[in-house]
Amino acid sequence: MAKLNINGKTRDVQAEPDTPLLWVIRELVGLTGTKYGCGVAQCGACSVHINGEVQRSCSLPLSSLKASDKIVTIEGLSANSAHPVQKAWASVDVPQCGYCQSGQIMAAVALLKKKPKPTDADIDEAMTNICRCGTYQRIREAVHLAAGTTRAADRAQRRA
Amino acid sequence: MRKMTFGKGQKLSRRTFVVGAAAATTGTLALGFKAPFVTEATAQNGATEVNIWVAIKPDDTCVIRIARSEMGQGTLTGLAQLVAEELQCDWNKVTTEGVSPSRNLASKRAWGEMGTGGSRGIRVSQDYVRKGGAAARMMLLQAAADQWKVPVGELTVTNGVITHSASKRSINYGKIAAAAAKLTPPDPKSITLKDPKIWTIAGKPLKRLDTADKLNGSKVYAIDVKLPGMLNAAIKDAPVFGSKVVSFDDAKAAKMPGVKKIMKVKDTAVAVVADTWYRAKTALEAVDIKWDEGDNAKVSSATILQHITEGLSAAENNGERKTGDAAGAIASAAKKVEATYFTPFLAHACMEMMNATVKFSKDKAECWVPTQNLEASLAALSEASGVPLAQCEVHRHDLGGGFGRRGGTQDYVHQAVAIAKEFPDTPVKLIWSREEDQAHDFYRPISVCKMSAGLNEQGELVGLHVRSSGQSINAWLNPAGIVGGKDQRQLQGWYEAAGDAQLGYTVPNLLIEYVMRNTHVPVGPWRGVNTNQNGYYMEAFIEECARAAGKDSLEFRRGLMKNHPKHLAVLNAAAEKGDWGKPLPAGVHRGIAQFMGYGSYSAATAEVSVDPKGKVKVHRMVLALNCGHAVNPHQIAAQVEGSVAYGLSATFYGEMPVENGRMTSLNFDSYGILRLAEMPKVETVIVPTYDFWGGVGEPTICVVAPAVINAIQAATGKPVRSLPLKNVKLA
Repeated sequence: MAKLNINGKTRDVQAEPDTPLLWVIRELVGLTGTKYGCGVAQCGACSVHINGEVQRSCSLPLSSLKASDKIVTIEGLSANSAHPVQKAWASVDVPQCGYCQSGQIMAAVALLKKKPKPTDADIDEAMTNICRCGTYQRIREAVHLAAGTTRAADRAQRRA
Repeated sequence: MRKMTFGKGQKLSRRTFVVGAAAATTGTLALGFKAPFVTEATAQNGATEVNIWVAIKPDDTCVIRIARSEMGQGTLTGLAQLVAEELQCDWNKVTTEGVSPSRNLASKRAWGEMGTGGSRGIRVSQDYVRKGGAAARMMLLQAAADQWKVPVGELTVTNGVITHSASKRSINYGKIAAAAAKLTPPDPKSITLKDPKIWTIAGKPLKRLDTADKLNGSKVYAIDVKLPGMLNAAIKDAPVFGSKVVSFDDAKAAKMPGVKKIMKVKDTAVAVVADTWYRAKTALEAVDIKWDEGDNAKVSSATILQHITEGLSAAENNGERKTGDAAGAIASAAKKVEATYFTPFLAHACMEMMNATVKFSKDKAECWVPTQNLEASLAALSEASGVPLAQCEVHRHDLGGGFGRRGGTQDYVHQAVAIAKEFPDTPVKLIWSREEDQAHDFYRPISVCKMSAGLNEQGELVGLHVRSSGQSINAWLNPAGIVGGKDQRQLQGWYEAAGDAQLGYTVPNLLIEYVMRNTHVPVGPWRGVNTNQNGYYMEAFIEECARAAGKDSLEFRRGLMKNHPKHLAVLNAAAEKGDWGKPLPAGVHRGIAQFMGYGSYSAATAEVSVDPKGKVKVHRMVLALNCGHAVNPHQIAAQVEGSVAYGLSATFYGEMPVENGRMTSLNFDSYGILRLAEMPKVETVIVPTYDFWGGVGEPTICVVAPAVINAIQAATGKPVRSLPLKNVKLA
């Protein structure tokens, strides 16, 4: 039996020590907003925060986590989708199929925590999650919107 | 169209759906507005069903029914806009409800076909969904007129409020819906639809209706389904396509935690069923499986290339288009141009991998599945389970991507049923690992294409011979589509006929041929289907011809397009907004391309630089699209941006090599996907002409690769004749 702190609640989970955190979250805790996309830390659909850092949960074995680690999933990010990044995502109408967007949002939140006013280069470096629908342009715009660094040209485009 | 009935004793096959769906693109549906179980529908959500498309709640919420699948392409929002436009309701009070395929079946397909592919979602259903909205509005107005005893012609309606100004009375839709529902629906033929020029809801850049639950993890995709007592299954199908399981040793896996059963599935695969999916997958990796791999195990990318290349010089063809004497014109031309191009197999790589949850009981079968064809899923469920159609139920879930992968084949439903049959009354969720998803796709077909052209003294194209050789989608999925040995679908984008996928050039002597060379690798539709390869081949070669003629890329194309004003207008729009001919920063070069598919006209410019090491960066792309009517410009732009990302992934990285008969790029570490940092700035220019209905999800992808390739040629002076770029040495 392992103890995990997920979204502020202590959870007792029973799983083999090498079980990835992703599957603990999805199958044992029952939070399915965190997605399986590749299982090899390539796509980022499984991104969660651990002590404020974004991590790819598909490649983190349960044994690597301590009861004191603060794990936050998309469900624990805010009440009522009130986080500025979620609001920006809604405002720009980012998602298409939506499957990767939990991970994209978690990555963006972590970026803004480190760099509240990111440049395009910062966004390029931090936002490496895969989106097959190709929402990248709108993700970039939404990150800028959340950060208050939206370029005038993008504002004009959104109004049009 | 071909008649589709679910009558007594009729066997409903997967094929029927696939063929019927294809036939529906040209036919019309004779739809009414009444389903035979209105009472049941009325009870739902406290809403009154005015007709099959519209139900209204007492609080004026308008529930608009959606038959097509939503996989990110935004068709749900667009279809709702079309209904709401005619209904004249308050857009802020619109919600949607998916139609279940069983309800459609029980009501003799009142909602029409449900297949969602070929960029048909809106263009094929626009007429009858708009009429559904209009009929509901007419009934609501008539009910108000009856209640007030005034002529219906004296009533007006705005935002779901009906007003009789003479008597200063008004009533909301929610209050009159019950009375309206009792009226006889108008004859669909009597309905006059609004002129799109006066649209107020449709045609507007509205936000999607389905965003909220994608932002907080609450959206339940089929892969997220949780059911009481549910088990989970992982599967490994024969890595070499077509081979059968000879034996498997499960001694080690059977002892692993949580494992319930290890079983052969459909002769070709082995599955492990366990309490959790991760345990099932882990145990599956410990099963030692032997397959009878046969001669297919000798096939490799090299042998396939040899096989399809042979087709370039073979005598026969399997589809052609011919005008004049191309060979003669080229032979006697002042200048000849010749090039051979190649495109590889590609996987779809939907973010949500293939999955299906099935609960099988003696007299009922249920399935929860991401599908582009709910009716095909229903048919597969019935066929595989042996449970009659009327006792089968497919539960709708929006898809985590589709791109053509989840249409007619329903292979994962067949597998999931085979597994669930071993656990009666217990739901079993089958999830493919990413590796399984990559290893068992229906891939974009591989092909080579030899292009020959003749130019006269003035540098005009007088003869063109196109000979494409490669795998046929119809041969794998729809043999009935091959008529007399000819598979015209492979000429998509090169057709002579107007309207769907017409070549935008007039060449006096033209021969276009397709030669079928199939392999053991399954193939299927992949966003844009054959327009991807055909667009790249044609537009890369036209670029080479323009350069050989010493002409500007745009002017050379314009010279061939006088008889194709719609193609030309879109090319001109892309050129103008893409600043064709204007100066660029040092080291940045422009390319241009145009092509047609799915009833819509597309063109693009790309601004590209190639660094001294040969690394390519795409800085900006401008895409122009004429899709006839533009139902939601904001969502059309999203689809165009998406087509650029999907198209650039293919251009830069996409290939599925074959070694020892099997696929080798089994995850995103080897199957490269474009990331945000590589995404160019995309500008979408919508130039609708309001005289036809074209598709949106697929059309623009076919100009992405050629616009970029042509810009690379502008930068390096060298053509790119093989994709992906990762294998091409540019420096």
